[in-house]
Amino acid sequence: MNTRGLEITVGAFMAAGLVALFFLAMQVSNLASITGGEGYQVTARFDNIGGLKVRSPVSMAGVRIGRVVDISYDQSSFEAVVLLSIDPAYSQIPDDSIAKIYTSGLLGEQYIGLDPGGSLESLQQGSEVMMTQSALVLEEIIGQFLFSKAEENAISEEPIGE
Amino acid sequence: MHKSIVNDQKSLIKIRDLHFSHGNRKIFNGVNIDIPKGKVTAIMGPSGTGKTTLLKLIGGQLRPTRGSVEVDGLNVHKLSRTGLYKLRMRMGMLFQSGALLTDLTVYDNVAYPLREHTNLPESMIRRLVLMKLEAVGLRGARELMPSELSGGMARRVALARAIALDPMMVMYDEPFTGQDPISMGVLSQLVRRLNDAARLTSMLVSHDVEETAGISDLIYVLSGGKVIESGTPEELGVSDSPAVRQFMGGLPDGPVGFHYSAPSLTEDLLSMRGAK
Amino acid sequence: MLDALARFGRMGLEAFERLGRGHLLLLQILAGISSLLTRLGLLIAQIHSIGVRTTTIIVVSGLFVGMVLGLQGYYVLSQFAAEDSLGVMVAASLVRELGPVVTALLFAGRAGSALTAEIGLMKATEQLSGLEMMAVDPIRRILSPRFYAGFLSMPLLAALFSAVGIIGGYFVSVGLLGVDEGAFWSQMQAKIDWNEDVINGVIKSLVFGFVCSWIALFQGYDAIPTSAGVSQATTRTVVHSALAVLVLDFVLTALMFGE
Repeated sequence: MNTRGLEITVGAFMAAGLVALFFLAMQVSNLASITGGEGYQVTARFDNIGGLKVRSPVSMAGVRIGRVVDISYDQSSFEAVVLLSIDPAYSQIPDDSIAKIYTSGLLGEQYIGLDPGGSLESLQQGSEVMMTQSALVLEEIIGQFLFSKAEENAISEEPIGE
Repeated sequence: MHKSIVNDQKSLIKIRDLHFSHGNRKIFNGVNIDIPKGKVTAIMGPSGTGKTTLLKLIGGQLRPTRGSVEVDGLNVHKLSRTGLYKLRMRMGMLFQSGALLTDLTVYDNVAYPLREHTNLPESMIRRLVLMKLEAVGLRGARELMPSELSGGMARRVALARAIALDPMMVMYDEPFTGQDPISMGVLSQLVRRLNDAARLTSMLVSHDVEETAGISDLIYVLSGGKVIESGTPEELGVSDSPAVRQFMGGLPDGPVGFHYSAPSLTEDLLSMRGAK
Repeated sequence: MLDALARFGRMGLEAFERLGRGHLLLLQILAGISSLLTRLGLLIAQIHSIGVRTTTIIVVSGLFVGMVLGLQGYYVLSQFAAEDSLGVMVAASLVRELGPVVTALLFAGRAGSALTAEIGLMKATEQLSGLEMMAVDPIRRILSPRFYAGFLSMPLLAALFSAVGIIGGYFVSVGLLGVDEGAFWSQMQAKIDWNEDVINGVIKSLVFGFVCSWIALFQGYDAIPTSAGVSQATTRTVVHSALAVLVLDFVLTALMFGE
């Protein structure tokens, strides 16, 4: 039996499998954009979060800076409490920024966009985003759709923050 | 009778009051056998008397329901796993089919136990393998695959493998079945020669009366789950037990019936259940 | 009536007995890792015959499954003007479901049945008994390396399947149907999560590798040592593996992605 040939093919097989996993990691999934563990967490309260889900992206100016890690409902204030985890690299976000729920594309998923305010203080672990804007309800989305129907192509562009 | 032979030499295998059942079928019902050291002992009997089962019991592959099997002073079924494996390294066994590993060449098959159980360098293994193959006359066939061998050659290769580790004993399971007269003669001479040259103890299980009687020192005849007779081939030849005479003479009907036990034919034909 | 009930009862008891034998065998196989670690050559040879030889069918199937997903997905998504999500759709279906599941089914058909036939024939031709009498434990020497090779090969094969499938989907959507290349990849990267999707897919395929190898080896080891028995065992391997994979896939999906 040719042991060396055997070892070479097995090595090639395992390398191919690992390359495939690497491909899934870097090219297919978001592993490349996850940097250095968990970030700091801030809360935001919304009247209506629409279709927002855990893991939905949080972005600023179209750049993804974190994600939603928890959604709960506050029975005393009748509001949705959303916990955001923000990448520690983005530590200079003014604490009076506005959190808005956007929809990417017509039927795309919903995400939170942060519009920067003018405060000199930054958001920190445990702070709360005071100003929020709820998700648009479906009727309004349809209204917007009719409005922008002329520019169908615009839907397909990455609309985050643009 | 044969007591003289057994008492003169120490016996290597002692089987005492062995009981074994397969499902509801009783195969052994109090068997006592002694296999003397350095001799060729044959266990004979009609097909289906559990001769192969007996070898598996000795090898520790099956457990008896009662009774004991001692090999070289060790109770096979009371040994730990490691103890049993150590003992098996000193036992060679030749299966009816040869049981060669089909994906290895003849050479690698014979080298297999050496590679598994020793750390010998490859040059030493090569020497030993070629010697064993030479002993069975198949040194020239070492590059063949088992599928390219005839049945008799496969058995000889298996025999070379069984003696690769220089065991103290070799068990042969039906070594002559399905062989042409020439390879039968080759095999039986081989069994005898190996036994005497390598000072082995041989135990063979067979229903081939002539060949077996020709090379054995001692014969046990099994029937109905018991040893019905034992002795040297000459002693058995003049035995007056009807069962032994039927077996040794190859008579179709006698104490060992031609018919498998069944209700009477008329009853069977008239019953509707048979038609279902 | 009572006869039927008794038959049913006997079937149940026999099934339990088989299950018990299967678990005992599994324990012995798993324990074989200690001796396997000192003889990696055995494992490598088995990864070759189980993993490497299954690669071709995995790669070809993956490519075509990905291409079909691209075509079908385009047809549905284009009705909603959401062609840009094609990448997500292809990748999510492959990484989460089709990769592990189809790989496991192909594995059972290609490698599992071969394992059962091999072990069953080794049993039928007394090779396993022969090893035992040579003081070689057939479970450690023959079954364990095959089990671990199957267990390790499966996630690699599934990853290959998914990766090749996504590339196939890419050719169809971007090359053939004119989906925007940037959108194809960026949407995919935005939606496919490493932990939630890729790792869960790998966990699935590890579970499937475990179960498929176990079923194949047990069926071979427990086969009736005749040609009819071995052929029945081979069929049972494919059927049981396919059922086990599909049921387990449901359970795992419910555990992983259920809310």
